Order: sequence, then structure tokens, then C-alpha cells
Amino acid sequence: MLGLDLTFFNWDVLSKFVLGGLRFSVQLTVVATLGGILLGTVLALMRLSGNKVLALPATIYVNGMRSIPLVMVILWFFLLVPSWVYGYLPGGMNNRAEYSAYITFIAFEAAYFSEIMRAGIQSIPRGQVFAGQALGMTYAQNMRLVVLPQAFRNMLPVLLTQTIILFQDTSLVYAIGAYDMLKGFTTAGKIYGRPEEAYLLAAVVYFVICYGLSWSVKRLQAKIAIVR
Amino acid sequence: MTWDWQVFLSDDGSGRTYLQWMMDAWSWTLAVAGCSWVVAVSLGGIMGTLRTLPNSPWLVRLANFWVELFRNIPLLVQIFLWYFVVPKVIPVFQQVPGFVLVVFALGFFTSARIAEQVRAGVQALPKGQRYAGMALGFTTAQTYRYVILPMAFRIILPPLTSESMNLLKNSSVAFAVSIAELTMFAMQAQEETSRGIEVYLAVTILYAISAFAVNRVFGFIETKVRIPGFIVAGGTGGGH
Repeated sequence: MLGLDLTFFNWDVLSKFVLGGLRFSVQLTVVATLGGILLGTVLALMRLSGNKVLALPATIYVNGMRSIPLVMVILWFFLLVPSWVYGYLPGGMNNRAEYSAYITFIAFEAAYFSEIMRAGIQSIPRGQVFAGQALGMTYAQNMRLVVLPQAFRNMLPVLLTQTIILFQDTSLVYAIGAYDMLKGFTTAGKIYGRPEEAYLLAAVVYFVICYGLSWSVKRLQAKIAIVR
Repeated sequence: MTWDWQVFLSDDGSGRTYLQWMMDAWSWTLAVAGCSWVVAVSLGGIMGTLRTLPNSPWLVRLANFWVELFRNIPLLVQIFLWYFVVPKVIPVFQQVPGFVLVVFALGFFTSARIAEQVRAGVQALPKGQRYAGMALGFTTAQTYRYVILPMAFRIILPPLTSESMNLLKNSSVAFAVSIAELTMFAMQAQEETSRGIEVYLAVTILYAISAFAVNRVFGFIETKVRIPGFIVAGGTGGGH
């Protein structure tokens, strides 16, 4: 068909080359999402704290990160993270690119998640904060028990959509040669002399995963909308 | 460690300095982003408009498929598809230079996102605008041309601004097929000179300047085309 031959691709090739890469892509997505939301929430709280000493660095960090291409951030961290850091991690320097990717994606995505969380926190009516204060809650209690749970819930579809984008972006670890799903496909393509077919298969798999996820997010969004 | 900015004045082995090389790379980045922007806005405008047509379910379906297709495949993979797979499947594309293929990749990828914004912009308009066009005896095409699209365009300017800045940043992915743009320069110059921090810093600043310039240009357009009395959705939100 169209000068392409997809027959080389079977279960053996899949399990030998692709699955390990897929595992890394998924792990990177999950770790960066969780780490990014955590760090992003802290950044959002810093910006909304009204304290200039806290707000200014957070603002500079978020705006700075958002004005640089992800590929450059990946290269920066790969260059800057000193090698002794990897010494403390299992696999050490052999997995340097992979570890560097984890650090990069947490730091980079935190800036984007922080904007989402900031919008979420600002969407909570002030009366909620006042109600918490009237009950004698401290700032921390108010945030943890009243504001953040609601902000998080309101922003859940947006956070998940960002996660899908994040999953697509993990393919950019190509720049430092980390072994992700795309690398799995390209490696298989090179070995079997079918690079074009491998790219095509990679595209199909990415599409199925991302389309499925965004379809689920849409469903979830409808569900949440009914509850509220 | 010490800075060594003189690295930019040294020869890169082909008679030009690294500074000149970097400026060439910058213009490649701007060329890729600029051409892709034209492709993205044209296609995105068409597809986004098709998605809102009242009586053409098949055109709506086609445009929806377009958006889902180009939104759910990573940009890097799309660039590989255009650069390696398309010329193999469609031999005519073997004559097409790599630069053009990357422009297609980046333009089509971004067009899906812009189509989504155009659709949202059109749907954000009150239904009465469409009815007003119909009441005046406009055809569907005229209603879009004279009533809906001019307003929708103004509504989507803010998200279009950030998408254009995204497009500029995304042009960095072109390094993967050896387009001589800024990221490619950063990687090669880092390797050749071992002055990675200076090189990356300069490139990062150029990206930031470019993104800021895009932002200012759109800010200028926004004030120029503003219609007095028409408040853009989300422009002046009233808190709680």
C-alpha cells in the first residue's frame, strides 16, 4: 500500500522496542503532572499571597518558563544539572537523559500548572474565604480545606487537558536522546530498515492514546457539569 | 566558572563568526514561524468557520476530524511524517524543500488549535447577530463575511496572541529535521565551542525577545481594531 510495508511490525517488535519506551513516556507524564501540580500550586499561592517578596520570584519564574521553548528548557537542564546529582539515583549516568527529563518536565510544567491553579483559585468567590475566616480558620486551613479542593475540582478538566499536551510533549526528549515511546518506534524502524513505517505507526499510537484521553476528559467534563 | 562571550566573535570554521551564524539562525526561526503562521491562520480560519456552519453536517464533520487529527499527534511526530513519510508516499513531495515541509507541519499543527479558537469565537457571539444578517437578506457567506467573522476575529485576538507565541516557540522543534534555526544553532555551537551556557543564554534571550515582539504586535492590532462600546469577552471581567 502506497509503497509502505507495515508487516515487519508484530508483537515481538512491539514488546522488544516500544513497550519500554511507552512505559517511560507514561511515567514521565505521571511524575511531571503530579510534581508540576504540586510545585505549580505553591507558585500560584506565592503569586496570590500579596507578599511582594514571594510573588515577584514566582511571577518571574512562571513568565520566564512560559516564554522559552520546551526544547531549550530540556537542553538547559541537560547541560546544567551537575553529574553528581545522577550519582544518587539508581542507574546513575547511564540514565542521565531520562533523569534530566524528569527534572525538566516537573520544572517546566509547574509554570503552566501554576497558571491553571491560579485561575482556579481566583474563580472561588471571596465569600468562601470570608466564611472560612469567620469560622476561625488560619490561612493554611482555609486554603487546604476550603479554597484548594474547590479550585482543584473546577480546574480538573483543564488540568487533564494539560496532561494530554504534556504526554505529547514528552516526545521532545528526542533532543537529549532519552528512550521514550517515539524513540522505541524509530529504533525499531532503523533496525528493520522501515523508518517511514515506524513514524507512521508512532503517529497512530499517539493519536489513539491522546484521542481516547481527550474523549474521556470531555465525558468527565459533562459529568462534573451535571453535578454542579 | 567564568564567562567567555568572545566565543561569539570566533570563527565557526566556514568564515563567519558564531554571532553571524546565530543571526542567520534567528532569521530562519522567524521565517519558519512567519510562514507557518500564514498557513495556520488561513487553514485555521477556514476549518474553524466550517465547524460553525448551520446546515452542512458533513463539512462540520470534516473540520472536526481535521482538528482532532492534528491536535492528537505530537508536533515532533508530525514533522517526521511530513519530512520522511509524505515524500515517500507521494513522490511529488520529493521535489519540495525541507523548509516548506516543516512549514506545512507546523502550520497544519497550529491550524487545528486556531480552528478551535475560531469556533469558540463564533459561538461566543449572540445568536441575534446571525439572525440580523439573515433578516437583511444576506446569504450565509455574506453573513459570515460582514457580520460574524469580523466580530469573532476581535474576540479571539487574545488567545490568538498566545497561540502565535506558541507557534514561535514550537518552531524550535524544526531542529529535529536539521533546519538551521536557533535551537539547531544552540545544539551545534554548544558542541563545537563547549561554551554551552553562553550560547544557550543568547538563544534563550532571542526567543524571549521574539515572543515579546509578537505579543506587542498583537497588542497594537488589538487597540487598532477595537470597536468602542464593544467589550471583548473576558476583557473586563467583573469579579465577585
